[in-house]
Amino acid sequence: MVFVGWYFVSNTLRNLDERKIATGFAFLAREAGFEIGETSGFAYGAADTYLRALGIGLANTFRIAAVGVVLATILGTLLGLARLSRNWLIARFAAVYVEVMRNIPLLVQLFFWYTIISESLPGPKDALTPVPGLFLTNRGIAFPVLHYDPAQWWVLAALLAGAVIAWRLVRWAKRRQAATGEQFPALSVGLGITLGLSLLVLLAVPHEIDRPALSGFNFTGGAALTPEFAALLFGLVIYTAAFIAEIVRAGVLAVDRGQFEAANALGLPRRRAMRLVILPQALRVIVPPMTSQYLNLTKNSSLAVAIGYPDLVSIANTTLNQTGQAIEGILIIMLVYLTISLSISAFMNWYNRRVALKGARA
Amino acid sequence: MKRIVRLTLGIALLGAGAVHAQGTLDAVQKKGFVQCGTNVGLAGFAQPDSRGAWKGLDVDVCRAIAAAVFGDATKVRYTPTTAVQRFPALQSGEVDVLSRNTTWTITRDTSLGFNFVGVNYYDGQGFMVPKKLNVKSAKQLNGATICVQPGTTTELNLSDYFRANRMTFKPVVIEKLEETLNAYYSGRCDVFTTDVSGLVSTRGSRPNPADHVILPEVISKEPLGPVVRHGDDRWFDIVKWSLYAMIEAEEMGLTSKNIDQASASKDPAVQRFIGATGDFGKMLGVDNKWAFNIIKQVGNYGESFEANLKPLGFERGINELWTKGGIMYAPPLR
Repeated sequence: MVFVGWYFVSNTLRNLDERKIATGFAFLAREAGFEIGETSGFAYGAADTYLRALGIGLANTFRIAAVGVVLATILGTLLGLARLSRNWLIARFAAVYVEVMRNIPLLVQLFFWYTIISESLPGPKDALTPVPGLFLTNRGIAFPVLHYDPAQWWVLAALLAGAVIAWRLVRWAKRRQAATGEQFPALSVGLGITLGLSLLVLLAVPHEIDRPALSGFNFTGGAALTPEFAALLFGLVIYTAAFIAEIVRAGVLAVDRGQFEAANALGLPRRRAMRLVILPQALRVIVPPMTSQYLNLTKNSSLAVAIGYPDLVSIANTTLNQTGQAIEGILIIMLVYLTISLSISAFMNWYNRRVALKGARA
Repeated sequence: MKRIVRLTLGIALLGAGAVHAQGTLDAVQKKGFVQCGTNVGLAGFAQPDSRGAWKGLDVDVCRAIAAAVFGDATKVRYTPTTAVQRFPALQSGEVDVLSRNTTWTITRDTSLGFNFVGVNYYDGQGFMVPKKLNVKSAKQLNGATICVQPGTTTELNLSDYFRANRMTFKPVVIEKLEETLNAYYSGRCDVFTTDVSGLVSTRGSRPNPADHVILPEVISKEPLGPVVRHGDDRWFDIVKWSLYAMIEAEEMGLTSKNIDQASASKDPAVQRFIGATGDFGKMLGVDNKWAFNIIKQVGNYGESFEANLKPLGFERGINELWTKGGIMYAPPLR
């Protein structure tokens, strides 16, 4: 193995040297010279280095993967449970959704969404405004945001404080229920306290709203989702959710029927039975394949190249083409995806150990 | 993406000895055809026609090389490459020559390990906008969304130009030319930018070309020409002089129509050109009738321009011969 590796490396270097192709990673410190369409909130200009440009690409990959994983999990779980529903219409709808979505290649779906957005939405001059302040155009979805003020950090503090209070409330309610059997809707009350508290603080600090407005070619002000981001997100979420739905369904079906019946016999309502009895057992089955879906979604985000979302692969492609250092560029892409994938695996393995049957691994 | 990985592996795995011991010419002669990297489809430069035969100014350079090496201009195989794939394709040896409207720059000539053999089209970067936007100058493009292809000099010039003029823009960067153009024509971008030749070519293939205007500003020099790998001077010479023979023939008035009668010419320069006297062919390591074959089968530079670019509305402009007010100039064949 070592010998084969050494052969590849030395042969490559000799080939590159013979053709006078530049090698090494020194190019990372050079000025990139190209602009990037969206930067996930980081500052970037053409005068920055290739390293920074790649960093922006990585941030864009993280952004799409993080949002995508959360939304796909929510949508997938809902669909999975819907397919098990006793309502014929809902169950059929979920079944059709899963079969259609997971059988159309993702790339085709991406092109589909991208075309829908860029062809069917109007230009900025005659934007659709379903709600005042919200503008739908083929340049993306522009919406108002809070104008930043340092005092707004207190809102975050209030949110955290509310969360702590809610957590203590839940613990107290659990203890009381264990001791007296009396129930208390701790979760809803806690949530109410948290949101109410943050809203109060928000009204107390400066809160000017930054609205998008048409100026020149495009909307300025507010914030915007670009068509590329939206198309990629739609595509990834809708595609991955179909697989997640099947995993969730399989997980729930894997729980013995007797468990439902036992929960029923105890008089637990269906929803509580699901939450307290079925799902904890189903999770053991669900988590491992779910890890693969999260990895798939993250890796599939590299299809962004096709529709022009500036993810890591897109930026690295540009970089390796401007510098001509293909090997270094590909190496960076491989290392980054390997790191991301291993991190997701490690996290999911840790979570899996938490939900696994205690002692079952012995 | 897969292609890039494969090409990169190609660089890694290629036996160092293979290229070293035998030059590209030997390898080409052994396999019996020239592997030519071209654009995936740019009308007038490289595009398959309705019967699948490649046509264009860049394609004619490939055919000229085949005519010089084999005496048969059809012995070419084409590898369509995107802007991002083209350099790894040449570096890894997948193609013998890259004739793909590629701009000659110092970076590419040095650190990428290439040699530019010459220029077959002098170009410059321009901007195209829909007529209805009513934009008259590139200076009015502040804040515009601009469609551009990745990995090109265009992408870099664009940033430079906007920085120099203190303007901002939003790039939309898509690898496939087709998709980039879709984005522009569907209104995702206000502006499409590439070399002026590319703008004219894409506009010309639209049903209603008059709906789009090309702005007067030309913001860069883009000398486009064929490229070969560093370190194989013999092959470099053959490609270089195949190109120059076409330009020289136009200057001498030799065309595919009249070259058969040229053997009767008393002009010693013509006699040398068609290989009746002298031994330029031997010096290059190919048949002595190499230049005759190029002109007979492919035509001179002017003929190639006339056949491929004129129908799309291109003017000769600076690509006219130096004797007629342009800057097309071949070193003497003697």
